[in-house]
Amino acid sequence: MRNAFAAEITALADQDDRVVLLMGDIGNRLFDKYRAAHPDRFFNAGVAEANMTSMAAGMASCGLRPVTYTITPFVTTRCLEQIRVDICYHHLPVTVVGVGAGLSYASLGATHHACEDIAFLRALPGMIVVCPADAVETRLALRAILAQNQPAYLRLGKKGEPVIHKSEPKFVLGKALVVRPGKDVCLLSAGTVMPLVLETAEHLAPHGITAEVVSFHTVKPLDEDYLRSAFGRFRTIATIEEHSLIGGFGSAVAEWLVDQTPFAAGRLLRFGTADHFIHEAGEQEHARRHYGLTAEAMGQKILLTSK
Amino acid sequence: MKADFAKTRLIAAQTRAKLVQLSHQSGAPHLGSSLSCVDILVAAYWHCLRIDPKHADDPERDRFILSKGHAAPALYTVLAKRGFFPELLLDTFGKDGGVLPEQPSPGSVPGVEAATGSLGHGLGMGLGMALAGRIHKLGYRVIALLSDGELNEGSVWEAAMFAAGRKVETLTAIVDFNKWQATDRSRDVMALEPLADKWRAFGWRTFEVDGHDLPALVELLNRPYEGIGQPTAIIAHTVKGKGISFMEDDNNWHYRIPTADEVQAAARELLGSV
Repeated sequence: MRNAFAAEITALADQDDRVVLLMGDIGNRLFDKYRAAHPDRFFNAGVAEANMTSMAAGMASCGLRPVTYTITPFVTTRCLEQIRVDICYHHLPVTVVGVGAGLSYASLGATHHACEDIAFLRALPGMIVVCPADAVETRLALRAILAQNQPAYLRLGKKGEPVIHKSEPKFVLGKALVVRPGKDVCLLSAGTVMPLVLETAEHLAPHGITAEVVSFHTVKPLDEDYLRSAFGRFRTIATIEEHSLIGGFGSAVAEWLVDQTPFAAGRLLRFGTADHFIHEAGEQEHARRHYGLTAEAMGQKILLTSK
Repeated sequence: MKADFAKTRLIAAQTRAKLVQLSHQSGAPHLGSSLSCVDILVAAYWHCLRIDPKHADDPERDRFILSKGHAAPALYTVLAKRGFFPELLLDTFGKDGGVLPEQPSPGSVPGVEAATGSLGHGLGMGLGMALAGRIHKLGYRVIALLSDGELNEGSVWEAAMFAAGRKVETLTAIVDFNKWQATDRSRDVMALEPLADKWRAFGWRTFEVDGHDLPALVELLNRPYEGIGQPTAIIAHTVKGKGISFMEDDNNWHYRIPTADEVQAAARELLGSV
C-alpha cells in the first residue's frame, strides 16, 4: 500500500501544485520519483514529528495541501498535541498518513504497533478517519481526501497486501463498500484486515451462513445509512479491525448503535486487539493469532452467536 | 516607515494601562507576561511588519505569531490600536460568547495568525508559513514571539534545528526573556542559560537586546537578512510586569488580578509619566 501511496501522491503533486509531502525520515527510496519531480514541495522533516506536524499546519494556513507521512504511531499518537491544536483546532486541510497500521510492523515490537490511533484521532473534532483495505482504495481515498478541505487521517498497511478490488469501485468518503453481498451475517472490515475477513466469510459458508463483507473504509464519519440497513437485515453484525477494542471502529459502531431508537435489531460483535501489549517476538501473523484475529477464531465466535 | 518613537512610546504606555484594566475587568490572569512583551509588539507592529490592517488576509503580508499565547490581551490591544478591529471590541475580552478568548482562537478577529496558548507550537507553525512563502516565491517575513518558559518545550528546538538546517532567513524568533515562568525563575527550572549561546549553536544569527528599548528593538528587527543563510533569533531581556512599579519582576503577577485601585494607580504611573 505504501507504494500505491507514493505513486498516487506523486501523480497528485504533478496535477496540483499545492500538494506538499513531509516525511519523518522514513521510506528508503520510496519517494525518489516524487523528490525528483517536486524537490521544492518535498521535505524530510527528520525524526521530529511534532515539528513536522506544526510545519504542515503552517503551510496549510497559507493555501498549501500538506501531507505528513511516517510510521503510524509516530505520525499520530506521538504528535497528537500538534494534530489536535495546529491542525484540528485551526481546521486546516492537512492529511496525516500513517504507514504500518495495527500490527503491520509486528516484528519491531509494540513501540511500532498502532492499536490506539483510531481511538485518539476520531475523538478530534473535524478529523476524517480513513482505513483503506488495499492499494486501490488507498489511491482513491487519497484523491478523495485531497478533493475536500478538512483534516484527514489515512491509515495505511505496509506492503504486500492483496488487492481486493479487481476493478475500481465508486469510492466516496463516508460510504461503505460492499465487497461481497450476503444474507445471514454482516462482516464490517476496517482497513488491512480485509483478507482475513474474506477468509472468515469462507469459513462460515460450509455452515450455510452467507456473510456480507464490507470495506468500511471511513471510520469517521460512519456510513450511518449502511449501518441502519445492516442492523435491520442481519441477525449478526461483526466489526473487525487491527486496533484495540477500546475506542476503535467497533467502538464507533457501538456508540452509534446505542444512540439508535428504536433499538436496532441486529447483534453487534466486535473483533480487535486486546487491552495489553505484546512482549514476545513475532511477525504479523503470529501477533494476530495472539489477539485472536484469525479466520478460525472469529468464524467460531460468529457461529456460536448466530445459533 | 519613518520612526516616530514618541508616538509609539505613548501607544506602548496606553497599551499597558489597557492591559491592567482588561485583566481587572475580565478576571483573566497572565498580566505580568502580557506587560513584558508590549514594547516588542509595538516595535513589530508600528515599525517593522509589512502589514495592512485593511487587508489582514493579504497572502503577501508579514506574519506575526504570538507563540506565548497567554499574552493574548497584549496582542489584541496592539491589533486594535493598529486598526485591525475597533478598540471597543477589547472590552468584550473574556466575556461569554465573545470573539476574544483568553488565548487566541483561529479566525476569531483579523490579525490573529495562529491559535496559540499551548506553548511550543508557534515557531513550528511559523516555520511552515515561511516555507510556504518560499514555495510560493513570496518574500514575506514570519516573526514568532516566544516566552522563556516556552523554551522548555522540545518542539521549539525541533523547529529551531530544522529552520537553521533549511536556512530559513525569513523566520525570526523573538524571546521575551523576562526571567520567570509560571512558578519559578526560568534559570532555576532548567539549564536555560546561556540562552544566546544555545540559539547560536542551533545555527541562528542571534542578538541580545534590552526588550524595552524601542529604537534598539526596531534597529535589530529591521536588520537585513537576505543572503545570511540563517534564521534570526532576538533574545529580548525584559522585565515581567514592566511599566508598573508595584508589578515589576514580581511573579505573583503571573496569576494575580489587579483591583480597581491598582488599575487607577497603574494608569497614573503609565500615562502620567509620558
